[in-house]
Amino acid sequence: MTMIFGVPLVVLTGQVMIGLINGSFYALLSLGLAVIFGLLRVVNFAHGAFYMLGAFAAWMLGHYLGLGYWPSLLLAPVLVGLVGALIERTMLRRLYDLDHLYGLLFTFGLALLLEGAFQHFYGASGKPFASPAEMRGVIRTDFVTVPIYRGWVVVASLLICFGTWALVEKTKIGSYLRAATEDATLVQAFGVNVPLLLTLTYAFGCALAGVAGVLAAPIFQVSPTMGSNMIIIIFAVVVVGGMGSILGAIATGYLLGVVEGLTKVFYPEAANIVIFVIMAIVLLLRPAGLFGKEN
Amino acid sequence: MIEAEEFETVAETTRPHRRQQLVVLALIALLMLLPLWVYPVLLMKLMCFALFASAFNLLLGYGGLLSFGHAAFFGGSAYVTAHALKVWEVNPEFAILAGVAAALVLGLIMGLLAVRRQGIYFAMVTLALAQMFYFFCLQAPFTHGEDGIQGFSRGRLFGVIDLADSNVLYYVIAIVFVASIFAIWRIVHSPYGMVLQAIRENEQRAISLGYSVQRYKLGAFVMSAGFAGLAGGLKAILFQFATLTDVNWHMSGEVILMTLLGGIGSIAGPIVGAGLVVTLQNYFATTGFPVTTALGATFIVCVLLFRRGIVGELHHRFAARRKS
Repeated sequence: MTMIFGVPLVVLTGQVMIGLINGSFYALLSLGLAVIFGLLRVVNFAHGAFYMLGAFAAWMLGHYLGLGYWPSLLLAPVLVGLVGALIERTMLRRLYDLDHLYGLLFTFGLALLLEGAFQHFYGASGKPFASPAEMRGVIRTDFVTVPIYRGWVVVASLLICFGTWALVEKTKIGSYLRAATEDATLVQAFGVNVPLLLTLTYAFGCALAGVAGVLAAPIFQVSPTMGSNMIIIIFAVVVVGGMGSILGAIATGYLLGVVEGLTKVFYPEAANIVIFVIMAIVLLLRPAGLFGKEN
Repeated sequence: MIEAEEFETVAETTRPHRRQQLVVLALIALLMLLPLWVYPVLLMKLMCFALFASAFNLLLGYGGLLSFGHAAFFGGSAYVTAHALKVWEVNPEFAILAGVAAALVLGLIMGLLAVRRQGIYFAMVTLALAQMFYFFCLQAPFTHGEDGIQGFSRGRLFGVIDLADSNVLYYVIAIVFVASIFAIWRIVHSPYGMVLQAIRENEQRAISLGYSVQRYKLGAFVMSAGFAGLAGGLKAILFQFATLTDVNWHMSGEVILMTLLGGIGSIAGPIVGAGLVVTLQNYFATTGFPVTTALGATFIVCVLLFRRGIVGELHHRFAARRKS
């Protein structure tokens, strides 16, 4: 058996693979945070809750309506996006003129409310969620064994991440978005409906969290606390990346996922905290983050 | 950059009037008599959380720094206090001192990292560092993982006063509580506290006036951590256990809610807020309505409708009436 640093190659590649999968979720979620933060200047603490909501929406669509995985993958994020739009319209927009911390506190309350409600109605234990039948196999090569579904998660997340990047950087809507990030009043003066743009952005960011939730449902159990465990890691990812750029969020997400996976091989005790340790080191050396700009 | 001045704060005069002094003395007298009518354990719990919220408010209300990691100090100190009582078998006063010392050291480490960023980044960094500490507590052998530290006696204060009697413990906690609130009040109204508030109002101006802003912030962070640790140590002695709940990030959120609900930037606000949140929790625990949802809803209402908090709102009303 091939060994690298005293570790069998298969184990190593396996953990890199797991790291890539976790990294896919980190990237999708920190991307959504970055999109929302970029325009609304709101740190969406409820992002973990929307991730959980996405997973639950998929579970409910299957459980109550008998919908399969693929329709849920499309529908659940739309539903989550609608919830996001509703919340932005009715409540979140009252806070734009205030200190950004109020946005953080509001979404924190929202996260508590959603998590508590789901725990009350669906219990603390997880709901099983089967992966789609056509993806239950495993691809085996000499270096690595990949369950097909997990491979699909990595591919799907890469597609969504770069789709979002292209949407923001290469389209007309994206250019309005970037312009509004610089000066919302000016963009409004040019006849762009900025309030609508804000609603759509928040809804889109929430939908991204929702997609991540549906993708996660067959891998992790669908449980009310799945989001609150995730959100703090995402915050660490964001601090490391710097929240300045969309590419930064994506790259940092995958990078930290893989680092975490490798830690599981070489020093398993530290696997839970390695991301936070990296965050501390980055803060010491580059307080603005790897991709952030000094203000 | 985040402008902290948007936080609504309650203006306080530097020197208390004679009438205010009398009100405070009356309140202290009431505090001493209260266990005659109210269950002392509930009152002690209230005081622990009121002290925790006041410690948090020292940082947020007067320094403009929103820490999302204060559970680390509260729970960390609870663990150390419990460990000192159970394993080292020291007197409770030394156990609490050990807890506070641990909180101070932890506060210094976290503070050194956190003050490098501002505003929401500061909040996220403190949260992430506190979560790192949570995982440490989950895995470290001395905390006993999910079980926590329990089954130790409260011990004898100075080797003489037996704390097993809740009525005795009540007066010990009450004295520590009043002394701590007084200490926080002194800190806030000292020249140091004035500089801290100046930094909150306008950081750039404070920098250009020549203050080493980072050191002032770090000082506030460490002191706040210390008082939060004191609250955690007292709570560990009161309930005779220390568990992961105390270091969980939900606890950091609860203390923010207490402060926000009562009123940021006043001495009375966090005390009132802590009282309300603990009462709410006790109430909802009996109704079957999920407590977390109730807290979340309170949070949302608070942020949307009355950001001044209860004490701040009252103050504002009185001030408006006095003007007209």
